[in-house]
Amino acid sequence: MQALPQLIANGLVAGSMYSLAAIGYAMVYSILKFPNFANGSLAMIGAYLTFVMFTQLGMNVVIALILSMLISALLGVLLDRVAYRPLRARRAPKINVLITAMAASFTLDGMVLLLMGAEYHRFAFPVVRGVRLGTIFITPVQIICIVVSVVLMLALHFLLTRTTIGKSIRAVADNPELAAINGLNSENVISVVFALGSILAAVAGTLIGMDTVLSPTMGFAITIRGFAACVLGGLGSINGAILGSIIMGMGENLGVWFLAGGDARWKIAFAYLIMMLILLFRPAGILGKKGEARVF
Amino acid sequence: MLPTGVVIHVLVFVCIYAILAVGLNLIMGCAALFTIANAALFGVGAYTSALLALAGYPFWVDFLAAVFMAGLISFLIGWPTLNLVGDYLAVATMGLGEILVSVFRNWDAVTRGPMGLPGIPPVKVFGVVFDQPLKFLFLSAIFLLIAFLIAERLAYSPFGRVLKGIREDEVAVNSLGKNTFRFKMWVFIIGGAFMGGAGSLYAHYVGFIDPSSFTLWNAFFLWLIVILGGLGSNIGAVLASLAFVGIRESLRFLGLPGNITAAIQQVLFGVILIVIMIYAPRGLIPERKYVTRYKGNAEGRQSL
Repeated sequence: MQALPQLIANGLVAGSMYSLAAIGYAMVYSILKFPNFANGSLAMIGAYLTFVMFTQLGMNVVIALILSMLISALLGVLLDRVAYRPLRARRAPKINVLITAMAASFTLDGMVLLLMGAEYHRFAFPVVRGVRLGTIFITPVQIICIVVSVVLMLALHFLLTRTTIGKSIRAVADNPELAAINGLNSENVISVVFALGSILAAVAGTLIGMDTVLSPTMGFAITIRGFAACVLGGLGSINGAILGSIIMGMGENLGVWFLAGGDARWKIAFAYLIMMLILLFRPAGILGKKGEARVF
Repeated sequence: MLPTGVVIHVLVFVCIYAILAVGLNLIMGCAALFTIANAALFGVGAYTSALLALAGYPFWVDFLAAVFMAGLISFLIGWPTLNLVGDYLAVATMGLGEILVSVFRNWDAVTRGPMGLPGIPPVKVFGVVFDQPLKFLFLSAIFLLIAFLIAERLAYSPFGRVLKGIREDEVAVNSLGKNTFRFKMWVFIIGGAFMGGAGSLYAHYVGFIDPSSFTLWNAFFLWLIVILGGLGSNIGAVLASLAFVGIRESLRFLGLPGNITAAIQQVLFGVILIVIMIYAPRGLIPERKYVTRYKGNAEGRQSL
């Protein structure tokens, strides 16, 4: 039990990083009703972009991150135009869009694998000693992760509730026909949503890469956790995605410690287990609407 | 020209993947249950078979155990998930599949984790040892034929018609007094059993198994085969296996490093699937439809 405060802290750090990726899913899902599996791949690409600009081009890490966010936003919009928009135009069933999203994710992962190789890359930061807060031990990178995540979430909240574009996004998510009647161009709104989701994903990927390592498979790890967190919180709900991510981060760390003897290799299995339990007992998620997830 | 040995090797893989694809096609094509646990069930069959064979049991025992085990695990996966709709089902089965792969990878005492299980003996039936690729090709072709005939019979039986009804409109089928959950469960178990059988053949043919053969990437590869072949079309599933396994295995013989080959496969197959979903979502060989006595649209509602 002495490990508990440390485990909760680790869970919060993990949860804050997952939530940035999860918000991307939630936003796309709220409008287009399909899980954009490629979001995790964009997070991975964002991480690699930051890494290459920082390590190989010698840029300042903040400038590298901002550039990476911009490029990722462009990639996200491009992905939507090339892969998803033709399906919307043909009114393809939801499951076809899901299949396309998986295909896009594998394609993007494959491209990075081709360009960067399968080996791990690491941000060459100077080694800094961790900070001790009571019984909790936390690294500066982890503090930065939490701070950046919270700031971005607040910024997004402000954007969605106070600005015109935010209101258009919520309007299209709420009722696309009514929004169209009122003169909103839903295609533009969708592009903005993909751009925003990709920007958050790029930050999430970069932070996760800084905290651990970069590898072409990290995108998939982000995808499943981010999406599972969304299911947990209720698909399409941004607050649900944040809540789900934190539960996911905590559950992974606590589950591995207490049920698997601290063997971190089982983390991903616990992430799934939590999601399965939610699907069993509350299939629409914690904050989701009832009756969407089940046939009967 | 490719050497004969390579061609035979590729054809054995085609047969194994075609059995998988036919099984998945029952689940995904007939009943529209989009499960991603398929590769993990393939793994369940392979591991069950390998462990029993290594313990000295004959082929028939470990093959049937693999089929039974995959069916049982399918039941356990299906029980909590089969009432979920489309994308929820996909994600839930993805989760359960990955938990299984996690077990293969981390249960060191039994599966030896990432080191895998080497030295699985070749198949021996009635005193004949199927230790050469050509002999094994004969064996796997027979199994494929059996699997194909069962699947074809099921798809066009009353059972299969109910499944297709569920695919088009589950609530309507339910209102006609059919217990749709039970039908979905049965097709899930039968399809899973096919994958278990294919896993058994795979383990005996390759002689070595490790968790990397049963990951999500393989599950996705099978989706690609079934979708390109045409959902609901068994012959399409077999022909698409021939095409894709052919491409995949021959890429290995280009002499590129393993990682590059894997990356090229991923990009190539990903792009192919995106293009198919846009321009030919019903696959290259769409499902054979019933011809009704009535005039009107015999095609029915287009589901994919």
